[in-house]
Amino acid sequence: MNDRAAAIRMRDVHVSRGASGVVLRGLDLDILEGETLALVGRSGAGKSTMLKLVNGLIVPERGSVLVDGRDTREWNPFELRRRIGYVLQEVGLFPHMTVGANVAVVPRLLGWDAARIDARVSEMLQLVGLPANTYADRPALELSGGQRQRVGVARALAADPPILLMDEPFGALDPVTRAELHREFRRIQAHVKKTVVIVTHDMAEAFALGTRIGVLDAGVIAQIDTPRALAASADPRVRPLLEPLLEARALLS
Amino acid sequence: MTLLRFLIDHRAEFLGLLVQHILLVGLSTAAAIAIGVPVGVLAARRPRLGAPVVWLANVVQTIPSLAMFGFLLPLPLVGGLGARVAILVLILYALLPIIRTTVAGVRGVDAALVEAGTALGMTPRQLLRQVELPLALPSIVAGIRVAAVIGVGTATIAAAVGAGGLGEYIFRGLSMVDPTVILAGAVPAAALALVVDGALLLAERAMKDRRRSRRPVAVAALLVAFGLIAAAAWAAGAAHRRDAVIRVGSKNFTEQIVLGELLAQQIERRTGLPVERRLNLGGTFIADRALRSGDIDVYVEYTGTADTAVFKNPVETDPSRVLERIRQQYAAGGLAVLPPLGFENTFAILVRGEDARRFGLHTIEDAASRSPQWQAGFGYEFLQRADGWPGLSQKYGLTFAAPPRAMDLSLIYRALAQKQVDLVAGDATSGLIAAYDLFMLQDNRRYFPPYDAVPVARSAMLLRHPAVRTALEEVSGRISMDDMRRMNQAVDAGRQDPAVVAREFLARLERKKPT
Repeated sequence: MNDRAAAIRMRDVHVSRGASGVVLRGLDLDILEGETLALVGRSGAGKSTMLKLVNGLIVPERGSVLVDGRDTREWNPFELRRRIGYVLQEVGLFPHMTVGANVAVVPRLLGWDAARIDARVSEMLQLVGLPANTYADRPALELSGGQRQRVGVARALAADPPILLMDEPFGALDPVTRAELHREFRRIQAHVKKTVVIVTHDMAEAFALGTRIGVLDAGVIAQIDTPRALAASADPRVRPLLEPLLEARALLS
Repeated sequence: MTLLRFLIDHRAEFLGLLVQHILLVGLSTAAAIAIGVPVGVLAARRPRLGAPVVWLANVVQTIPSLAMFGFLLPLPLVGGLGARVAILVLILYALLPIIRTTVAGVRGVDAALVEAGTALGMTPRQLLRQVELPLALPSIVAGIRVAAVIGVGTATIAAAVGAGGLGEYIFRGLSMVDPTVILAGAVPAAALALVVDGALLLAERAMKDRRRSRRPVAVAALLVAFGLIAAAAWAAGAAHRRDAVIRVGSKNFTEQIVLGELLAQQIERRTGLPVERRLNLGGTFIADRALRSGDIDVYVEYTGTADTAVFKNPVETDPSRVLERIRQQYAAGGLAVLPPLGFENTFAILVRGEDARRFGLHTIEDAASRSPQWQAGFGYEFLQRADGWPGLSQKYGLTFAAPPRAMDLSLIYRALAQKQVDLVAGDATSGLIAAYDLFMLQDNRRYFPPYDAVPVARSAMLLRHPAVRTALEEVSGRISMDDMRRMNQAVDAGRQDPAVVAREFLARLERKKPT
């Protein structure tokens, strides 16, 4: 894997945010081009903080975060963010806009012309399985939870960013819908081949989506490896996260 | 019902006042939105900067509106009578609700949505325009609704500074002690407030309800509101064009209203032409503008006021030169000055009648020898104005035992009668001069400019209806200072209807000199 370039490189990153008590202490991490890295950890382990470090919403107090080889402190923050797709939990869609307008947000910020935006919105909605002629003009609030999450993905991909960040993207969905969206995501990712970072507290989701899985514990990466290697981990910080999965398998077999 | 009958009888005037009222509220609310929303956004973004602004808006809100009008009137640039001050005051009152709801609306936007916008690469300005303001809009509209409804109420007080509007009827009714006239202003104002409230409430609800687009309702509500304004404006305009009617105007104090009635009745009884009364218009500026725009055809002005306030000429004390000068300047605007009515409404230097008789005082000059033992009382304005006390003391060498006391004009006559002071500056036509047995000293060195009452009329109207000129010239020189004082007294103290007072005076004139 070392032959692939690092799209995102974190070196000795220190963050201490008093309010939420999130602390990163000397974190080192390379996220490779085209991989889907799933970051797993308990609530408050610093998962969301890591995503915000990538798009410059948070700047490290010590150390550096490089995106495409450039420190996030040197990037124009607005340009940087428009190059990075971002999928949040359900709440992220703008309720005063239609589905189409939500998807068109970043292309509009980038100043695309109307025809190009329209074409791209149709393409993106098609990609996530919501045909534009049915859904583009509907108010965002009329959609079901699963549909909203698809629109969130379409919005994040609209400007064809090389990097996609996903913060607990499927956390609020029922298990059936979630499984369906996991399949959809793998299909889409096979198609678009982005560098993806997914944050989740659900190890099953990490196994379903990640080409690599990183376990975050107490502000450092406890272990980062392929799903297969991680499943065999003996690390006491990783085992508790695997246990529910193993128990479920034991019950079924 | 008498109220309905009154409104039908005065429909042209009523519609004009209604349109004025709507314009006052509409313009001031629009300006308050233009100021309040940006201020509110700033206050929401920077609480440290915003808190004092919101505090200030709060303080402004607690000032009683009449006091606010009084406070702003004397200020340069914004001051003076009329719509300008009224709109300014209305803006100040409208600001607080708009700023508050803007702050609440912007702060109330879900933090997750702000974060989403930021994460997608919006600059703070784009975030504001595309996310925060649209989501705060229902809250802001709620503030606008409150502001507009407060505005409809406060605008009734604007009539006090001559800005017109429905308050005109309320103040006229109060001074005439006629409940019907008061209701003619109050009931439509209340109805207007309800209509505005309802229309904006619909707009607000339609905006809140994002699921189902109820834009059509909002649009319909706004259309109804605008339609109402347009209809009223059209009706008022249509009423304007009927020009067989002679419109008599007046300013907004008792003497002017009596004189307006007097001219109106004189025209009615001599020419048989229909007369429309547009009395209580406001100050000099408003009356003059109404005359020039053709809203009224004639009103009574005072020569000195026309000379200094209307035409801004340097002070001139020779009555015939002043009259000639304003006659020429009015003529340039298509207006004619008719012969003086006979009395003068000037500053009156007054002493007690008993003192005048005991010491044989006739002129201000006579009083100068006595005044070092006296105490004087002057109105605030008279104390300050260059053509008031400072110039007067120089002209006559007047000195007093102590510096003159500043007093409210309405108390000054009684203070003199009760010997709290010995000399005051009052109003020459005040009915209280006779009531308290006061004596007006003659301005023998002609310090004060002449304030002869003269009807000023539109020349075009006089040409079309020569009979009106004849009718008005019939009262020229027939109204003495004593006549005017008595009529003012009858209305102010005697609580008589100005129309009745004018009618009795004209009847007496006729008996005196039958033609």
